Amino acid sequence: MQALYGQLLVGLINGSFYALLSLGLAVIFGLVNVVNFAHGALYMTGAFLAWLGLSELGIGYWPALLLSPLAVGVLGMVVERTMLRRLYQLDNLYGLLFTFGLTLIIEGLFHHAYGNSGSSYPVPEALQGGTNLGFMYLPRYRAWVVLVSLVVCFGSWFVIERTRLGAYLRAGTENPRLLQAFGVNVPLMMTLTFGFGVALAGFAGVMAAPIYQVSPSMGSSLIIVVFAVVVVGGMGSILGSILTGLGLGLVEGLTKYFYPPAAATVIFAIMAVVLLLRPAGLFGRET
Amino acid sequence: MSGPPGLQEARAAYRAGIITPGRKRAFFIAMALSGLALPLAVYPVFLMNVLCMALFASAFNLLLGYTGLLSFGHAAFLGSAGYVTGHVLKEWGWPPELGLLAGTAVATLLGLLIGGLAIRRSGIYFAMITLGFAQMLYFLAVQLPFTGGEDGLQGIPRGTLFGLIPLDRTLPLYYLVYAIFLLGFFVIYRTIHSPFGHVLRSIRENEPRALSLGYDVDRYKLVAFVISAGLSGLAGATKALVLQFATLTDAHWHKSGEVVLMTLLGGMGTVMGPSVGALVVVTMDNYLSGVGDWVTVIIGSVFVVGVLAFRRGLVGEALHFARNFPI
Repeated sequence: MQALYGQLLVGLINGSFYALLSLGLAVIFGLVNVVNFAHGALYMTGAFLAWLGLSELGIGYWPALLLSPLAVGVLGMVVERTMLRRLYQLDNLYGLLFTFGLTLIIEGLFHHAYGNSGSSYPVPEALQGGTNLGFMYLPRYRAWVVLVSLVVCFGSWFVIERTRLGAYLRAGTENPRLLQAFGVNVPLMMTLTFGFGVALAGFAGVMAAPIYQVSPSMGSSLIIVVFAVVVVGGMGSILGSILTGLGLGLVEGLTKYFYPPAAATVIFAIMAVVLLLRPAGLFGRET
Repeated sequence: MSGPPGLQEARAAYRAGIITPGRKRAFFIAMALSGLALPLAVYPVFLMNVLCMALFASAFNLLLGYTGLLSFGHAAFLGSAGYVTGHVLKEWGWPPELGLLAGTAVATLLGLLIGGLAIRRSGIYFAMITLGFAQMLYFLAVQLPFTGGEDGLQGIPRGTLFGLIPLDRTLPLYYLVYAIFLLGFFVIYRTIHSPFGHVLRSIRENEPRALSLGYDVDRYKLVAFVISAGLSGLAGATKALVLQFATLTDAHWHKSGEVVLMTLLGGMGTVMGPSVGALVVVTMDNYLSGVGDWVTVIIGSVFVVGVLAFRRGLVGEALHFARNFPI
């Protein structure tokens, strides 16, 4: 049973990252209409910046948790302003191809500078150790990751669904031209939204740094799984992408316990089943 | 008129009289003949690699350029066919012609499975779904015993074609590969210019209208996907025969991206574009193999520049140039 709970916890943690990343993807896609392939690479960048900050400048985990997503967000906004913006009036497959190229550049640069092998990032002092819950041992840092991810996810959901700012965002998703006619600066909003979405990826990266190895390829394998999560959930609903991310993480954890060889492929198998039974995705609105 | 910028250039070139049926025929004959003579001047294994990738990219272009479907998982067909062909040649001792057929058949079947599921969604989701299934196959290739895991299949024997022509000699092998390329290219060319191909284009231009005219859009998409997957498989099978190995590289998502790059760089929706793109990318890979990880950075940069400023592709640009500066 210990092992089962352990795998469930791992699943929950993976699920938190799926949720954070698919949330960012959904927000960006909703307003900017770009599927950001570079999301995984920016997640990796976030983790690397935290690691570099610690090893080169002595910046600890807590400042990194703020600074690293900020840096990733600014990087994203610069890319959006200078390049991605030119592709909005085109078919949205060009946005995917552009961000794919960006992924190769970012990953290639990190590969060149830091090689293939991963580096470990220490768990911050305040979150070391863990608690024995009786039925399992709960490392404190992992509990923190799940908790914070949930808070950030539901916080984003609240902002988008329940505040004025979120109302602008949703209006922009529905009809950007009309919103602009009402005097809202939609291009600026797009830049900020893109920046926020990728900052979420960077944030997830910092959170992941102490759990997984910080390596240049940590993002690309993740982003493909997150795409499958997005297909299963559908990008129409913010809450839907959060729940799908968590749920699929748990399913993955269960598979790792009951039938380990299928753990890597189970999410894609679920994607196949969902496409058969409910092609629009669990929470999707098919056009 | 919409469609990929490369295709628009090709249309404009037709209208302007740059491309005429006579010139086209002359070009194809010149291409076919130069292909016969080239191995005397250029390293044949390099040429064969280019031909395989050119076939792969042309098959991919049938989907992206002519049907408007961006598959981000075409490496699945290239890779799996390579493994199957390698396995039946090496372990079961099949003759090369049957080996090629087996690889192609498996890729076609996979195309039917993956395509059948993927066409249930459209647009950007289609790309994500194909990418996902390709990744699933990649993981299977890592795990399954017959693929040799990280090492892949090494030392695949080439055998004797039809029991007559030993393929261990370079020239016969080259002409076989060249014949396969021409066959695949011809199949694609005929598909594009058939009534079926016109329906595909109408789906790309305006899917709801094609549907309302009574065309079973999903079935057309599926058939296009299966043809494309099958020919990609043929390319992968041939590549395994030529290089005598099948590895995870050909099933990796980088390969799926590379074929998009070839098509984009050469000119989406043009007949020659993917082959030109394949030539450029394979040459680049060859000459850049010494610079290590910079290859990825350079390929990524070419991607970014291509998408931002160069969407007509090389063939599209050439046609554009020819139209504005007639000789």
